[in-house]
Amino acid sequence: MKVLIVGAGLAGLRTAESLRGAGFAGEITLVGDEPYFPYNRPPLSKDALANGLEIADLEFKRRESVADVTWIFDDSATSTDYQQRGVLLKSGRLESFDVLVAATGIRPRTLNVPGAEKSKFSLRNFAEAQELRTSMLGVQRIVIVGAGFIGCEIAATARKLGIDVAVVAADPEPMFRPLGAEFGHAMKHRHEAHGVSFHMNAKIAGYLGGESATGVSLESGEEILGDLLIEAIGSLPNTEWLAGGSLDLKDGVLVDSSMRATAPSDVSIYAVGDVARYAFDLFDTTPRRIEHWNLPTETGRRAGKSIAHFLHTGEVLAESVNFVPSFWSDQYEDNLQSFGMPGIADSINVVEGDLMGDCVVEYLRGNKVVGVVGVNTSAKLAPYRKSFQETN
Amino acid sequence: MKIHVDMEKCQHYGQCVFEAEDVFSLGDDGKLIYKVDVDDSRRADVESAVDVCPMQAITVE
Ligand SMILES: Cc1cc2nc3c(=O)[nH]c(=O)nc-3n(C[C@H](O)[C@H](O)[C@H](O)COP(=O)(O)OP(=O)(O)OC[C@H]3O[C@@H](n4cnc5c(N)ncnc54)[C@H](O)[C@@H]3O)c2cc1C
Ligand code: SF4
Repeated sequence: MKVLIVGAGLAGLRTAESLRGAGFAGEITLVGDEPYFPYNRPPLSKDALANGLEIADLEFKRRESVADVTWIFDDSATSTDYQQRGVLLKSGRLESFDVLVAATGIRPRTLNVPGAEKSKFSLRNFAEAQELRTSMLGVQRIVIVGAGFIGCEIAATARKLGIDVAVVAADPEPMFRPLGAEFGHAMKHRHEAHGVSFHMNAKIAGYLGGESATGVSLESGEEILGDLLIEAIGSLPNTEWLAGGSLDLKDGVLVDSSMRATAPSDVSIYAVGDVARYAFDLFDTTPRRIEHWNLPTETGRRAGKSIAHFLHTGEVLAESVNFVPSFWSDQYEDNLQSFGMPGIADSINVVEGDLMGDCVVEYLRGNKVVGVVGVNTSAKLAPYRKSFQETN
Repeated sequence: MKIHVDMEKCQHYGQCVFEAEDVFSLGDDGKLIYKVDVDDSRRADVESAVDVCPMQAITVE
């Protein structure tokens, strides 16, 4: 019996560990297109970008139980043969499987505008973080396209390094989609107080510069110029290698609460981490793909347990998705933390402090609290996380 | 078993608290408090806490 896990990131690692934890003694192979064991990505826009961490500082500790798994690095899955149960790798190697787990995460999206062929920076992996750091240290001013978490974190890190920052984004406020207009607006003020300039509601007409992009032109005619340009406008799930079967790949891989993408009678395929889309049963029935750091661990644990259960009993594990999405973000001296799904709320209620300082903010859909976000108030958020699991 | 948290790394997010409340907690000042000597029967939950720490600050001997 062989489980093939494609994508050697956090979700892939946790799946392997959970399989062993659940008593699976068969073969496990992990394929990753990077040259490293799974490592922690969040520092790439924070500490590692500011201080130049080594990969050894970022690698996850791996449990002893996974010492016997086979790792294939620097190779990527290009296609899947659902009949023969095999995955073809770029090197030409064919990896067979009895159970396949998709853990390939996401890649940065790019904007299709005139000048898009110019070289730009983006930030998803260690190699990109190293390149960005080296280049950033030599310049005075950077232009960041996109005002989501990654864009805002890069902005904060660059200011720490004394680099001027202009952020250009289509949204009305930074972190608008996950946190809403009011909170986003307050975050914008925090950034402005540190010297970041924002160009929001921007309609980008094209990228400017020579071979490398160094700025943007807007439809209004305005030009925003710097020495280098970073794109941070969201992500695309890495699912192309899964095409040709019966999976729903509309936005990542649709899976059930056991992280399974296929019917019990069909070939066994699962998906975990950033690439998986599923319903968060504590909140509603709409399948969503959420890119928060705690979810690769939650989904990896669930998949490992489900696979072991299925192999043992022939039945799909029937457990609801009781994961509470959670993220944090460090920008300047502020620690932002969130539990639940603030992105689906329609109103907010500041229960402590105020949005410009340390605060606790409830996010409501109708009269139900569906999320909580705090700035420098971690200890006060814990009861909310529990209440999501208890009352929903 | 012996638990060590690298306080240079710890950002006091309290994710560990949810996995093993009897071992980790956040004090009134929001700072992490944890037990150093913990009975081996708690190993599974403590290892879960190691997993979920965003800063990967916890080690167990
Ligand atoms: C810069 C940055 C900062 C972040 N900060 C935060 C934060 O502060 N808080 C937070 O909650 N979350 C944060 N996140 C999100 C968090 O890191 C992700 O949710 C998490 O890494 C997802 O893990 P994963 O295993 O699903 O995917 P990944 O970690 O992306 O792993 C997928 C792996 O699969 C590989 N792969 C892709 N395609 C193939 C293929 N065809 N064949 C083989 N291998 C393939 C990829 O190269 C990668 O190595 C951040 C992410 C980034 C990039
Ligand atoms: S989860 Fe990690 S960073 Fe957070 S309080 Fe616990 S040890 Fe500190």
